[in-house]
Amino acid sequence: MRAFREHTGIAAPLGRNNVDTDQIIPKQFLKRIERTGYGEFLFYDWRSDGEGKPQPDFVLNRPEFTGASVLIAGKNFGCGSSREHAAWALSDYGFRAVVAPTFADIFTTNAGNNGILLVKLSEAEVQSLLQRAQQIPDYKLHISLVERTIRDDQGFSASFPIDDFRRNCLLEGLDEIGLTLKHDPEISAYESRIAQRGW
Amino acid sequence: MPRLHKAKKVLMASKTLFEKIWEQHVVRANPDGRTLLYIDLHLVHEVTSPQAFEGLRLAGLPLRRPDRTVATVDHNVPTTANRTLIADPIAAQQIETLRRNCRDFRVQFFDIDSAEQGIVHVIGPELGLTQPGMTIVCGDSHTSTHGAFGALAFGIGTSEVEHVLATQCLWQKKPKTMEIVVDGELPLGATAKDIALGIIGRMGTDGATSHVIEYRGEAVRALSMEGRMTLCNMSIEAGARAGMIAPDETTFDYMRGRRFAPKALDKAIAHWETLRSDEGVRFDSTVKIDASALEPFVTWGTNPGMVAPITGRVPDPNSALSEADQQAVARALEYMNLKPGTAMEDIEVDRVFIGSCTNARIEDLRLTAELVRGYHVHPRVRAMVVPGSQQVKREAESEGLDRVFRAAGFDWRESGCSMCLGMNPDILKPGERCASTSNRNFEGRQGRGGRTHLVSPPMAAAAAITGHFTDVRKWRFKEAQSA
Repeated sequence: MRAFREHTGIAAPLGRNNVDTDQIIPKQFLKRIERTGYGEFLFYDWRSDGEGKPQPDFVLNRPEFTGASVLIAGKNFGCGSSREHAAWALSDYGFRAVVAPTFADIFTTNAGNNGILLVKLSEAEVQSLLQRAQQIPDYKLHISLVERTIRDDQGFSASFPIDDFRRNCLLEGLDEIGLTLKHDPEISAYESRIAQRGW
Repeated sequence: MPRLHKAKKVLMASKTLFEKIWEQHVVRANPDGRTLLYIDLHLVHEVTSPQAFEGLRLAGLPLRRPDRTVATVDHNVPTTANRTLIADPIAAQQIETLRRNCRDFRVQFFDIDSAEQGIVHVIGPELGLTQPGMTIVCGDSHTSTHGAFGALAFGIGTSEVEHVLATQCLWQKKPKTMEIVVDGELPLGATAKDIALGIIGRMGTDGATSHVIEYRGEAVRALSMEGRMTLCNMSIEAGARAGMIAPDETTFDYMRGRRFAPKALDKAIAHWETLRSDEGVRFDSTVKIDASALEPFVTWGTNPGMVAPITGRVPDPNSALSEADQQAVARALEYMNLKPGTAMEDIEVDRVFIGSCTNARIEDLRLTAELVRGYHVHPRVRAMVVPGSQQVKREAESEGLDRVFRAAGFDWRESGCSMCLGMNPDILKPGERCASTSNRNFEGRQGRGGRTHLVSPPMAAAAAITGHFTDVRKWRFKEAQSA
């Protein structure tokens, strides 16, 4: 997994609540058997019309947000389907972090497993960032996972919570399976215990 | 001192159903609060598994417990006859990939032409694979369905699928607990689906985020296993990590005679009887619902929390509390092409879908067939019934339900996820409006530009006949005129 320590990037405002994973990556793109190549289909039904032509108003189609790597969104981001393709699409498109007041549970894990940092801020802080990203040209955010802080060049600064395990995995780019296999004797011991249950 | 000792003992003994199952599956507890949890049953389907098997291959890892892994194809299989020839080459490749992975890693696989094929959350329970007290995962958010048996069951992403394939375990942070107590008696015409929609309408699509719900109360106890599965299925739509119901006689009766049920069933039942929340135990939060006040519900918006009773009206965006909610309602109504104040009963439909892991079990089909018997689908409407599994389909056919549906003008299909998410050819055209017994009304869920209204199976059937949403409580049942 790709490690995350510090990141500075253009921030794109997507001021909607309850952005579900069906919107992040629509179902017609889930038939592929690869982990890569989903970026061009990110937010497909919002980015393009029925014929595949770009919708100029959609935030990611606006020239000022070209190359955005931080997404700012409303509460309950990533709700709905468990499809990890949503995390793959965000990552593949170039997003390294998503900032929102709350995130759905399964998406939180999927993002973490793909090196995407989820920055949880208060509703008021997110509102402020959404406005700044709309109004300030070439708006960038600086995120430090080491310090657990996020700031811009115009005076915004906040810290964010993240649990130690997830932070460690992201900082080191650790592979969870590798970590778990170190506990193989404990798993085997558990398996012998339950094998004696008798039904 | 003795009193203190006693109080401590009572405190320690008091646990929720969730906590009991959790503790029985701890392999290792880390100081940072992470727990390595053992997984009893891993259900696998074609869409979220190919990258996980590929990961195992690349790392040179074996599948730790093929005997605890079961696979089927459901998401992108066609539901037409002669469906083994799949026109979509990418879907065909995905199915072939699962077939090969199951062969290579020796996983029990119920293929497209097998007698056991079906939606993974329908076949797990009907084969007796799903059992009380288990931890169950699947790369699918509606894994919460299996909680109906008093199992801890939740959806996971593909990296986690790979982790379970390799280790049979998952690292988890202990979720919070929530009890939803549904007391009173459910009125005639309202179903488990309406309990679910009523709950989500009240708490929103993130009302239970980071929580495991336990559904309790007399209206829950009164539900059949099918009804309990419908209710637990929709837990994820309230944002919950999982939903569960303590096992009881209804559960044990359902388990008897199932192919993969424990051989020593009496011994298992003796253990299962201990799987209930202790008297007086505290949950992190409590929600109380009066079942007798519930009505048949219809969603009007683009998430399952945007819902109104059939006697209600499409809301006015201006009446929403916050600016964000006003925008969300306005946007949803624009997508759904609905005007504020429209009576729910006046909304006309083009399509009806009876199916999905929420509502495609035998009880759903029986209830629906009873209603449509002797009637005919409205001329404007195209309606389809997609049984949840081959077993459901056979059972329905042995009872003659297929003939009732066909005589009424419904398509009678092969089993799969079908138009719940439209990964197969069953999709809505742009602008089409559908009464659907599925679980999500997100934008484009059933096809780009398609407009989904979530309802119970009886409500879907009534809409198919009349061509608009209809209060099923006023329905006039007919005796069979044709069969």
